[in-house]
Amino acid sequence: MHDNSADLIACIPRLRRYARALVGTRGGADDLVQDTMERGWSKLSSWRRGSDMRAWLFGIMHNLYVDQLRKPALATDTFDDDTPVPPVRATQADGLKIRDMEAALELLPPEQREILLLVALEEMTYDEVAASLRIPLGTVMSRLSRAREKLRASMEGRIIVSPLKVVK
Amino acid sequence: MSQAPVTESELHAYVDGLVPETRRGEIEAYLAAHPHEAGRVAAYRAQNVALRALYDPVLDEPVPSRLTAAPRATSLHLQRYAAGLVIAFASGAAGWFLHGVGDQGASLAQAVRAGGAPQQSASLAHQAAIAHVVYSPDVRHPVEVGADQETHLVTWLSKRLGTPIRPPKLGKLGYELIGGRLLPGQSGPVAQFMYQDPGQQRLTLYVSTEQSHNKDTSFRFSEQGQVNVFYWIDGKFGYALSGTIDKAILAGVAAAVYEQLDKPP
Repeated sequence: MHDNSADLIACIPRLRRYARALVGTRGGADDLVQDTMERGWSKLSSWRRGSDMRAWLFGIMHNLYVDQLRKPALATDTFDDDTPVPPVRATQADGLKIRDMEAALELLPPEQREILLLVALEEMTYDEVAASLRIPLGTVMSRLSRAREKLRASMEGRIIVSPLKVVK
Repeated sequence: MSQAPVTESELHAYVDGLVPETRRGEIEAYLAAHPHEAGRVAAYRAQNVALRALYDPVLDEPVPSRLTAAPRATSLHLQRYAAGLVIAFASGAAGWFLHGVGDQGASLAQAVRAGGAPQQSASLAHQAAIAHVVYSPDVRHPVEVGADQETHLVTWLSKRLGTPIRPPKLGKLGYELIGGRLLPGQSGPVAQFMYQDPGQQRLTLYVSTEQSHNKDTSFRFSEQGQVNVFYWIDGKFGYALSGTIDKAILAGVAAAVYEQLDKPP
């Protein structure tokens, strides 16, 4: 039992990294992590020892994120004693490019963004992504492909920003 | 040997370093012959690198304490803070206490170390742990009155303790009430409720009404041999939740107990 909770806590930094990229804001991301942890704690006894805890937790986060998208709430940033000073990094020469990447990522549909981030940040295999999100492998591949292509287009400045589908 | 055509999926796997060694050469040959595809692969690789550069720093940020706290332990603490229940706050130790809030969230263990339980409330934990060790392993007679007679149990224990008490419901956390018993305390009766999860893991909640001489205390933790105990004092009531389960999980249950007892039924 002890190891389980230690494993759970050990996953927090990775969940935060992923959530930050997924949600965009620190407060919103940490809210998502907090909800994930709460659900993780309460379901920890049902977690099957020996199975992949990371996949399990990212699956929980995915479900919460999907719920959240369905009922959008006001995003808040909580400032407390723990709020660290934002990391200094935009002063670097790559600052502009980084901003672009952030903006481009935001333009991706959430279901594509999730997959790209699990692959790029978490270095999950495609099978792991499929298992975590409970979607077919084919869906993972097609969304990954679209995400990368769209990201490339927006980074190259030739994106067509239109959330509307073309209806013929 | 005829080569299989390179698929879109394989290009992605190549970007992510997920193609088998045996196939890599063939994909590289394909890319050398198809500069447009090679450009795409390079761009995707650059995306991976950029994403890592952008978000990896989050891994090194200090984790806010609200994320490492066991369920609701933090909100429980804040609730007490808001209600002004903690005497330390009123008696000018505000700085110390506020500092404590952060500690508690960061790690319950730290909070315990920082707390330093008063002698008498610590004995509450000790007695509760003994009662836990004595009764919880009992297969045939773990309780005097079973949960099937819950109304009777509540009436009886309330009458004997001279004040209404009721067992909190912990079914949502996987622990069902199996019953309770009356025990001798330091100067009078105390009650013990017992809970069990589907894996036969048992928790006991020890309820004493002889704590008026003690100051209120917020959540404290005590390790009594194999038994983990979370306890707190609220007016004349002293509560101690004991179990041999992991401390963090027990903290979650204790927080739920506190929350229910704090509210009128």
